[in-house]
Amino acid sequence: MNLGGKIVARVMPLIMGENFWRGIVSIVVFVMFWEVGSRSQALFGFAFPWVSQVPPPTAVALEMFHLIQQPSFWVSAYLSTLRVFEGFFAAMLVGIPLGLAMAVSRTFYGIAFPVFEVLRPIPPLAWVPASIIFWPTQELSIAFVTFLGAFFTIVINVIGGAQSIDVRYFQAARSMGSSTWDIFRRIILPGVLPSIVVGATVGVGITWAVVVAAEMISGGGSAGSVGGASGGGLGFFIWNSYVGGSYTQIVAGMISIGIAGYMSSAALRKLGAWMTPWLAEG
Amino acid sequence: MSETKLTEFAGVVDQQAEQGSATKITSWALTMYRWSQWLQSPRPYLMVIGFAGFLGFWYLAVEVWKLPRFAEMPGPTQVFGEWFSKDPTYGLSVFTPEYYLHIWVSTRRIAIAFFLATAIGVPLGLFLGWSVRFKQYVFPVFELLRPIPPLAWVPLAIVMFRGSETPVIFLTFLASFYATALNTMLGVESIDVSFVRAASCLGAKRWQVFRHVIVPGALPFIFTGLQISVGVAWFSLVAGEMVSGQYGLGYLINTSYTMVRYPTIVIGMATLGIVGYATSAAIRLLGNYMMQWRMRELSLGAAR
Amino acid sequence: MNVQAIESARATQSATFAAAKGRVRIVDAVKIYGVQGGGGVLAVDHCTFDVPPGEITVVVGPSGCGKTTLLNAIAGFHSLSAGSIYLDDEMLCGPGKLKAEPGPDRVVVFQNGALFPWKTNIENITFGPVMQGIMSRAEANDKARAMMTDAGLRGIENNYPGEISSGVRRRVEIVRALMNDPKILLLDEPYRALDSLTKSVMHEALLEIFYKNRVTIFFITHDLEEAIFLGHRVVIMTTRPCKPKKILDIDIPHPRNYSVLTNKRFREFMEETAAAVHEEAIKAFDAGERER
Repeated sequence: MNLGGKIVARVMPLIMGENFWRGIVSIVVFVMFWEVGSRSQALFGFAFPWVSQVPPPTAVALEMFHLIQQPSFWVSAYLSTLRVFEGFFAAMLVGIPLGLAMAVSRTFYGIAFPVFEVLRPIPPLAWVPASIIFWPTQELSIAFVTFLGAFFTIVINVIGGAQSIDVRYFQAARSMGSSTWDIFRRIILPGVLPSIVVGATVGVGITWAVVVAAEMISGGGSAGSVGGASGGGLGFFIWNSYVGGSYTQIVAGMISIGIAGYMSSAALRKLGAWMTPWLAEG
Repeated sequence: MSETKLTEFAGVVDQQAEQGSATKITSWALTMYRWSQWLQSPRPYLMVIGFAGFLGFWYLAVEVWKLPRFAEMPGPTQVFGEWFSKDPTYGLSVFTPEYYLHIWVSTRRIAIAFFLATAIGVPLGLFLGWSVRFKQYVFPVFELLRPIPPLAWVPLAIVMFRGSETPVIFLTFLASFYATALNTMLGVESIDVSFVRAASCLGAKRWQVFRHVIVPGALPFIFTGLQISVGVAWFSLVAGEMVSGQYGLGYLINTSYTMVRYPTIVIGMATLGIVGYATSAAIRLLGNYMMQWRMRELSLGAAR
Repeated sequence: MNVQAIESARATQSATFAAAKGRVRIVDAVKIYGVQGGGGVLAVDHCTFDVPPGEITVVVGPSGCGKTTLLNAIAGFHSLSAGSIYLDDEMLCGPGKLKAEPGPDRVVVFQNGALFPWKTNIENITFGPVMQGIMSRAEANDKARAMMTDAGLRGIENNYPGEISSGVRRRVEIVRALMNDPKILLLDEPYRALDSLTKSVMHEALLEIFYKNRVTIFFITHDLEEAIFLGHRVVIMTTRPCKPKKILDIDIPHPRNYSVLTNKRFREFMEETAAAVHEEAIKAFDAGERER
């Protein structure tokens, strides 16, 4: 089957299903409500409470169309995405071994987990000033905060995943004469993989939130620039648009971040599914 | 409890659990039992080692060895000295009313946002899980807006809502709402269909099934969701406070930085941790109380 | 075995149970699980048999053969693709009405137990009458206590299902069903998850409950021994798509207890049916049946 044929085969059942259309209906209704609400002052002579302050979807769509043609926009997007993945991979690199260590050794768990649990409720953004004091460059301090955001989630998921591996797998492996290293490689790692994927998918969402926040705070912030505006990114772009009074750009920026965040999660989910083929039920 | 009394007590619990018969033990007694077991294990001591290690490293790195990166950071003695001093250098400690003002302002915002999010999110989640049709209509819009991180809403929120208080609360509400609604929906969807079927063949009408099966059945998930939700709320609140708004712990941390009051930053962070943990724990305890049946099931290990 | 001869013999016996209700007739039932726009899976293939009132009918077959589908059709959880089912000469489902309504005249006891974990045992038991509004809570509690004592379940009224063992839970579930005075009790492999020692106790307990209440019972299992021990009539199903392969009337007299297992007649029945069941089991295995 050629590519066109394949696409049709996937899309047709989707379109034929009734839930697809119901979803479309509600999205259309939502957008229409938004449009009418934004223009309520002009249309009805009085403004709807909050919606009227928001730029209408048509204007936003136009703005987006302009934006994607500007290289500076893509540079911002690229910067943000880079930060997300830096922090994210750092979190995985440190978090997975730490989580595994805590799951495997009761003693290590007893020592490390309480400290971990005490630090966990502190929101990542609260670390920003401390991070700026500690790290030499702006980039590193944002990266550290980003790292923190995903780190806690990943560790918790790894521990949960490792603890839920059925003990009979270990028993089976031992009875077949596996060494400890073998057990680690062939039972613990694959057994933990699904939880890592879940932790990663959630963690990347948190990372995006932190990156955007950090960019906003270092780029702007009510208390003046915390460290001086170093470098763009979508969060900074949104803040700038606000300061510059361009509301359509704000919404366009928000949508871009939403899309970027969604694509990162989707990409991770696909990657995760590829790495854990045994989970796909036949 | 003395040594012999404890062993007797333990024996009674084990015996009754084994017989699979009813136990007449009160929840209070169970809690005491579990506490005493915990104290006898190595866990409390490992915990002390962990904290000692953490604080010790911090102390050594900043105040003794004076490692390069840690040059400007405040050490634990400075922080704790400041936190608990009657006359703090930077004007903030457990003895100053300003400290409690900040805590109160943040907590109040969390409370409003969280209750709103729960009041709207739980029913919405319940309906999303219960009615396939409703989900088909509403969920796509819900999912469309979800990937936008809470902080990205800040400028829009400032534009939409007047004043400095409402945008911050709105932000917190949004993040909390999504977490609650999603987890509630998942909770409903994870209820074993046999329970719904059993209720219908026992003659329950749809609304009765909803009230007696769906709502209690989803409760464990709902409470997990609420704990996550309050965590997310704190996350967004701090972000919002750092960018706009007056007073509050996020604001405190930010201004302490700009006014070069470093120990106060750490005090703010630590306070955030404590209050955040306390709110989470409060929800968890409330959940345990409301789901007595689950606590008894879990503590007796009666998953037979 | 001539089905007609058995039917007439049954008719005369039924005269004694004239007041008994819960006669189910399954006529030419067909169920296809559809895959949208593609091929379907035939689960039940022109199945016809009777469930006599006031008796225990056991349906035996390999896993996944479609017997649960039949039970679900009677209970009203699934629809039929064709054919009809009658309860006491009233059509439950059939052409024009492919799905029955679930109701308290046909209560189900589920495979993994469906006692509501968040309600106490007595709240579970009184659930039916209270929801239907036919008894006040006080009345329902009284009746429930009486039935629990009858079934040997005193003392656990105010405990939660999570606190008692699974064997006891099953009994509570059966009492919950019986509270509604159903015409027929539908049991979907209720003892599958129990160990065989508990099972044997459960069998005798079920029979005791049956002797006291004389409710029609429709019981599904994959365990042949259980079927012959409990049933007045045993229907052996083929592997998917299911169809009655063999229908036996077990003429071992009631009341029965576990000494029946070593009874000569029991062994004769086992011999007669074991080959047939084994044949179907092998077919199912070859077809790669998975447990649901």
